[in-house]
Amino acid sequence: MVRIIGFLVGLGFVGVLGYSLIVGAIAYTTEEEPGPTAYDYHHHAREISFASDGPLGRFDRQQLQRGFQVYREVCAACHSLEYVAFRNLTDLGFTEAEVDAIADQWPIQVPTVNEETGEETTRNAIASDHFPHVYANEVAGRAANNNAYPPDLSLMTKAREEGAAYLYSLLSGYEDPPADLPEEFQPGTGLYFNPYFANLNIAMPPPLSDGQVSYADGTEATVDQMSEDVAAFLIWTAEPTMEERKSTGWAVLIFLVFLTTLAFLAYKNIWRDQKH
Amino acid sequence: MSFPWAAQYTPTNPFMKWMDDRLPLPRLVFNSVGAGYPVPRNLNYFWNFGVLSGLALVIQIVTGIVLAMHYAANSEIAFASVEHIMRDVNSGWLMRYLHANGASFFFIVVYIHIFRGLYYGSYKAPREMVWLLGLVIFLLMMATGFMGYVLPWGQMSFWGAQVITGLFAAIPVVGETIQQWLLGGFAPDNAALNRFFSLHYLLPFVIAGVIILHIWALHLPGSSNPTGIDVKGPQDTIPFHPYYTAKDGFGAGVFLILLAIMVFFAPNFLGHADNYIEANPLSTPAHIVPEWYFWPFYAILRAFTVDILFMPAKLLGVLAMFASILLLFFLPWLDKSPVRSGKFRPQFKIWFWVLVADVAVLGYCGGAPAEEPYVMISQLASMYYFAHFLIILPLISRTERPLPLPNSITEAVLGKDHDAAQPAAAE
Ligand code: HEC
Ligand code: HEM
Repeated sequence: MVRIIGFLVGLGFVGVLGYSLIVGAIAYTTEEEPGPTAYDYHHHAREISFASDGPLGRFDRQQLQRGFQVYREVCAACHSLEYVAFRNLTDLGFTEAEVDAIADQWPIQVPTVNEETGEETTRNAIASDHFPHVYANEVAGRAANNNAYPPDLSLMTKAREEGAAYLYSLLSGYEDPPADLPEEFQPGTGLYFNPYFANLNIAMPPPLSDGQVSYADGTEATVDQMSEDVAAFLIWTAEPTMEERKSTGWAVLIFLVFLTTLAFLAYKNIWRDQKH
Repeated sequence: MSFPWAAQYTPTNPFMKWMDDRLPLPRLVFNSVGAGYPVPRNLNYFWNFGVLSGLALVIQIVTGIVLAMHYAANSEIAFASVEHIMRDVNSGWLMRYLHANGASFFFIVVYIHIFRGLYYGSYKAPREMVWLLGLVIFLLMMATGFMGYVLPWGQMSFWGAQVITGLFAAIPVVGETIQQWLLGGFAPDNAALNRFFSLHYLLPFVIAGVIILHIWALHLPGSSNPTGIDVKGPQDTIPFHPYYTAKDGFGAGVFLILLAIMVFFAPNFLGHADNYIEANPLSTPAHIVPEWYFWPFYAILRAFTVDILFMPAKLLGVLAMFASILLLFFLPWLDKSPVRSGKFRPQFKIWFWVLVADVAVLGYCGGAPAEEPYVMISQLASMYYFAHFLIILPLISRTERPLPLPNSITEAVLGKDHDAAQPAAAE
């Protein structure tokens, strides 16, 4: 009984699937060649390597400081960094006094309440604060940016398929639209062509230009260099615990390999006279 | 339980004697996973995966409880609370990465465990109940995994919840009411997040309970083995402890090494980038995909693209997806071959490997965008999936002529020594 019912159910599913397959195949073969899609003009991220790549990778603190400088002088005008606190910057090699100064001089103040009157007011940031929001809310952010909200950057390198390489490519990848670009993909007003962005036209104006910041360590501030540095910085903001993760990983791995070797020897020893 | 020659628990220490008369817990342990449980001597490494599944469950429960101490099940702050765990909680990143990758490893070992059962015919009499309870565990795991993925409240959490609960909306008449009842609203929101958290905490303990039944049911007939033939006498078995405890200890070490490599060096490899974007009901991701371990079933769901009579394609897909799991409950009665092990079933063996490849193809298509050629490939692969269990297996269990079986496990073990060319299959 079970097998008869099963057989019929099986034939039913196979039949429906076969029918769907034929319908789909006919549609597939008779369907006209679709016109060009945005994907045809889209580029994958360019190859780039960072000091933090791979199981042994560590952050290049000099580079992170340069990247932070780019964030502070350029990106911070539009983008927040809400999951990062000023105190975390000591990881980049800043001293506590430097961090206090950075927080205190941050152009955006943080909301607070007046101790005496209870009125809402603002104060300078302190080291334990997270980076303040740039806009009061999303509506304000859109209003200031041609109806596109500049996303928070804390997790950006984890939140895009190709990670930091994508960020690097995006920032240094603005170009004139190719001559054969169909009308519907041409940048509209307030949009800029960038082949690395998923739908080709991004509302962020090209943020970087050569020599925009002057690096204290004498590195030449080309667009390429700044893009790389800020991408490296954003790898750190996405996962400040990365170095701890990798070094813990090696210790755990060495311990486990040792333990497993012992377990293997114990296993072989216990089974030595058993045929199996 | 089990065989008459099983070692008897005889406490010598006075405290253990006292204990044994009042609460014979040590006796239970001795008889279940100690020297009192005789096991076939020829089990291969595929028999490690039951214990590994148990280990994976323990890892999930331990890391999950620690995460729950810091996690906030509120749609306003859930995403931020996960980042708080990643950044500010001591070793919080370790707990979270262990829990996220642990779930994947749990499914990997359970899938191997299930395919082991399929190949060696472990689902056949007298172990049908073991198989059925295993499937209950598998369903509970899927529910737990799905609800857990909603908790970080990222884009894939939100849209995954929307799509999966939306499957119920395909049910005629009452579907939409059911979806709203499941979510506690029209779309995933705080109400859904809270109930998913509550259930995600509960279900692993239900799983633990069903595992106890699963092992209880197993210990009546005892473990099967790669030859699939019954234990005939004491010479065929060895005590679980120390023999298989030692082997499982080694297996656990290898499992932990692989898990550690993922957790420490590629913790986001199995995850989806969009889940690092906070849930946003107004922005739909380009491709909504569930976690990888649901992909084969997701491919079956999406393979149904054409309405048939009064049945919309979506409803057919939902029915087929549930049927693809439910049919496994009938497997012991679909496959009537008296021979358990695929080793001695020349035709079955070929179809088995086709099934493994088929499920891999379905998995690949389930993770790909719903475009051609993936849809057509999923349709072909889904056809095979149903045909395998419902048509091919019942037929070959009648027509196939099995190879001669060895007379006993011991003979099979000793016979192997004469044939040095054969790879160490029973090692
Ligand atoms: C004038 C304001 C402005 C400045 C300055 C700015 N951005 Fe943007 N950015 C935007 C806006 C607006 C968007 C949203 C674009 C869209 O969705 O089309 C955006 C989007 C992005 C994105 C997301 C792209 C995606 O894949 O969705 C990244 C990454 C980014 N910006 C990085 C940066 C970095 C790094 C800097 C500093 C070098 C920077 N931005 C400077 C306004 C700005
Ligand atoms: C949480 C998940 C699970 C745990 C912890 C678990 C645990 C175990 C353990 C410890 C054994 C005995 C050792 C072994 O044979 O490997 C076992 C046997 C078995 N399990 Fe599971 N199991 C789980 C899920 C499943 C699932 C999902 C299925 C199948 C649908 C299943 C089917 C079986 C069968 C058929 C046996 C008997 C195998 C034999 O002796 O031939 N199990 N399980």
